[in-house]
Amino acid sequence: MKRKLLSVLICAALIIHVSAIAGAATKVSDGVVKIGVLTDMSGTYSDLAGPGSLIAVQMAVADFIAKEKPDFKIEVISADHQNKGDIAAIKAREWIDTEKVDVIVDLVTTSTALAVMKVAKEKDRITLVSGAASTPITNEQCTDTNVHWTYDTYALAVGTGKAVVKQGGKTWFFLTADYAFGKSLEKDTSDVVLEEGGKVLGHVLHPFPAQDFSSFLLQAQSSGAQVIGLANAGNDTINAIKQAAEFGITPKQSLAGLLMFISDVHSLGLKATQGMYLTTGFYWDRDAETRAWSKRFFEKKNRQPTMVQAGDYSAVYHYLKAIKAAGTDDTKGVIAKMKATPINDFFAKNGKIRVDGRMVHDMYLAQVKKPAESKYPWDYYHIRQVIPADQAFLPLSKSKCPLVKK
Amino acid sequence: MTGMFGVSIQGLFGQLLVGLLNGSFYAILSLGLAIIFGLLNIINFAHGAQYMMGAFLAWIGMRYLGVTYWWALLLSPLLVGAFGMLLERSMLKWLYKLDHLYGLLLTFGLALIIEGLFRYRFGISGESYPVTELLEGGKNLGFMFLPKYRVWVVAASLVVCFGTWFVIERTKLGSYLRAGTENPQLLQAFGINVPLMITLTYGYGVALAAFAGVLAAPIFNVNPVMGSNLIIAVFAVVVVGGMGSIMGSIVTGLGLGLIEGIVKSGMIANLLSSTFDSVPVARSLVYPIKLLLSPEASAVTIFVIMAIVLLVRPAGLFGRER
Amino acid sequence: MPSLRMNAAAWGLLVVFGLAAPFLVYPVFAMKILCLALFACAFNLLLGYTGLLSFGHAAFLGTAGYVTGHTVKALGFQPEVGILAGTAAAAALGYVFGSLAIRRAGIYFAMITLALAQMVYFMSLQMPFTGGEDGLQGVPRGKLFGVIDLMQPLYMYYFVFAIFLAGFWVVYRTIHSPFGQVLKAIRENEPRAISLGYDVEKYKLTAFVLSTALSGLAGATKTLVFQLASLTDVHWHTSGEVVLMTLLGGMGTVFGPVVGAIVVVSLQNYGANIGEWVIVITGTIFVICVLAFRRGIVGEIAVLFKK
Repeated sequence: MKRKLLSVLICAALIIHVSAIAGAATKVSDGVVKIGVLTDMSGTYSDLAGPGSLIAVQMAVADFIAKEKPDFKIEVISADHQNKGDIAAIKAREWIDTEKVDVIVDLVTTSTALAVMKVAKEKDRITLVSGAASTPITNEQCTDTNVHWTYDTYALAVGTGKAVVKQGGKTWFFLTADYAFGKSLEKDTSDVVLEEGGKVLGHVLHPFPAQDFSSFLLQAQSSGAQVIGLANAGNDTINAIKQAAEFGITPKQSLAGLLMFISDVHSLGLKATQGMYLTTGFYWDRDAETRAWSKRFFEKKNRQPTMVQAGDYSAVYHYLKAIKAAGTDDTKGVIAKMKATPINDFFAKNGKIRVDGRMVHDMYLAQVKKPAESKYPWDYYHIRQVIPADQAFLPLSKSKCPLVKK
Repeated sequence: MTGMFGVSIQGLFGQLLVGLLNGSFYAILSLGLAIIFGLLNIINFAHGAQYMMGAFLAWIGMRYLGVTYWWALLLSPLLVGAFGMLLERSMLKWLYKLDHLYGLLLTFGLALIIEGLFRYRFGISGESYPVTELLEGGKNLGFMFLPKYRVWVVAASLVVCFGTWFVIERTKLGSYLRAGTENPQLLQAFGINVPLMITLTYGYGVALAAFAGVLAAPIFNVNPVMGSNLIIAVFAVVVVGGMGSIMGSIVTGLGLGLIEGIVKSGMIANLLSSTFDSVPVARSLVYPIKLLLSPEASAVTIFVIMAIVLLVRPAGLFGRER
Repeated sequence: MPSLRMNAAAWGLLVVFGLAAPFLVYPVFAMKILCLALFACAFNLLLGYTGLLSFGHAAFLGTAGYVTGHTVKALGFQPEVGILAGTAAAAALGYVFGSLAIRRAGIYFAMITLALAQMVYFMSLQMPFTGGEDGLQGVPRGKLFGVIDLMQPLYMYYFVFAIFLAGFWVVYRTIHSPFGQVLKAIRENEPRAISLGYDVEKYKLTAFVLSTALSGLAGATKTLVFQLASLTDVHWHTSGEVVLMTLLGGMGTVFGPVVGAIVVVSLQNYGANIGEWVIVITGTIFVICVLAFRRGIVGEIAVLFKK
């Protein structure tokens, strides 16, 4: 009897000891954490995301390995979704089914983000969206395997709208790209303008994409509004700004670029963009930390990073840390760990992932410098205001995401 | 100021003037296409890419070689025109005996190659080209601010367009060109070097595209896809004008600019609204028409016009059925 | 005209590879090829056999896609009903567009089809049910006839393969029928066909509607495969792509478009990492095909075998 008890105790002790050792090692599917960067490598958004996003992710992986010395392998692959939902969906499926990809990152262009989010949810993989902007990603179409990292149209609208009205720009006219993204950008901004006591004098819809904005700008001019809100992006924004200067609309009326990246300012030059307000999630020259990181990025790409690219780094690093802490790359466990851990790195201050997948963090209201004020290349912004994390994004109380318990 | 369907008289003038500015642009682009089709029977899908090359060469000249705008206006078309002649000599000439289809497909392929290479080299965001000093600024007309540069674009386009028309329709050289399209063998028998004439004609058409590109550089962002955004609309203009009709493409180009101006002002949409909105059934029937004629549909306007014109006058407004 | 033996051999290859495909390559990739191959065959019926170049065929591919997506997702119908709805919509649209465009010939015909397609693109952008540029997402595949679960890759694949074979069979039979002979006569020499007493307009319109219906079938199926209908499918780039597939594969051949589709889709898929070079390569293929390779891959093979 005693011997039996002893052997049982010894067995139990052995088992506990062995599982303790086994538990210490990170359980990673297929032995490798594989990260897929799915972005626009050659099209309209390739400058604000694209190859730069891939570089940022590679930096994150290299830094993580160097600093945290994980006991699992990490691999990065990439592909060009060409801004097409079906190509993105097929690539995502193929990656998950045949290449054992564990997480898909960047996903610029809302239609590709939504398509891949659905595939990922179906196959229980994580998506980290940094590039796309529309609020449905964490609102009506939210999933519990997705995190929306860098920015969205609400944050941009609120930031720029509120700030500009407070600065005295009370009357607005919108120049809106005629597609869902432009219209939602206009709606979010005009809601905020009205809330702050401003007035919306009118709007005009332009085809997407368009080349010549003179007709539309004339209408904006004749409305007499103090602020012309550009509810569009990319080349449309660039052409509109250029032509506004040409037709003498600026500086009498000010332009608010509702979605602008530093790559756009670089393309247009300060002469055309000076004085414009915009909201951004990241600026390379904000403080010593951002400068240090951006310098390393600049060495690889010869351009300063956009918020999308910096966001990719931050998201992937946080993801990898969560795997290490959770001891597994299983989706549920990692997401839970990611949502439980705050984010305070060079990219985000006071960052937190909410239940709807929205990573809320401080946003910044920037104003473009005058040419004389810029002392060195890429010295483009004054950071006028910090918009705190809890005010910058759509409040959960207004959310239509099914994951938010009311 | 009393308005016409939501647009003041001043506003309308402004829109018409802007429309004229755009129209002259369409005119010079479609002129090049019309010449190439009219005289060579080639549908030059690469026209947009050649326009883009013109703009880019001007930018490269300014950025790296210190070439001023005025020199670029001369040199860029010459260089791109020469490139065009090279294309014609090496590739296009093999296709004259074949169906139109092949010329179109070849030039479409060339457009893709040119655009792809430029995208690879320059990225997609594009570059900024400043307005040359002499033409900076503008005049305040009261109902709008008229930039000097735009006036220059209209003037330059109209001069080149009507100059070209004059040469083709009223001079001996032009008569040779026209004869060459009707009966090249007979013309060759008269001792005219027809192949050379054809090569030079293609080169000229391409040079026109590049010229338009240089004119465009200070206004639109210079990027590798600037041509492909425009090319389809310009094709439509040429078809409406009557393929191969020089006057047709000029007049249609200007006309389209004006009509687009009216559409963009929102006047037509407002007119339809105020007339039909009170009757629910009529309103839903008219809705798609109204949609097609509202400012955001201005990119589709030319296609609506084209569909209507082709059904009524199959060879275009000024064309002759071939 | 390739010999009966060659035709049989080609059919054999098609069926064997088709059956084996999901085990050789990624099933969704194979399904994409099948859908686009059907699209190219339908297009070739018009271009290679009737001599009509349409620049706006994407309008039919995409419209069917949207109609099927809406029918299955919002209205809750079964997949086979959805596909029928999409095909019917494309055929109806084809009838209307065809009636308008057939009156003119050559480049004018092409431009009218382009104009109409651009209007379809614009409408697709505007109509709320299409989801605009976000696309119609989350289209369920459902259960075929209420029993077969199409979420299983193999079931879906063989379903798509069956549709492809059916469509391809229709094209094949059409080409080799008296009707098809008249179409070829029209392509070769329209005035002569008219003088022989054929109602040329009616033949052209029938061919057009047939072509658009099959294009719609391809688009409807594609939407179920990807569970997504987007603006890409109604964009003029897609119209250009199908021209490329047909030209590359061999314009007047039966199997050419299938080969062309395989090459183009593979290029897009495997070229996803080379960015702009895909555009340059596509353009180069166009140029080479036009200058030196007008018969296309299958055409050249056929000539080779004749020697």
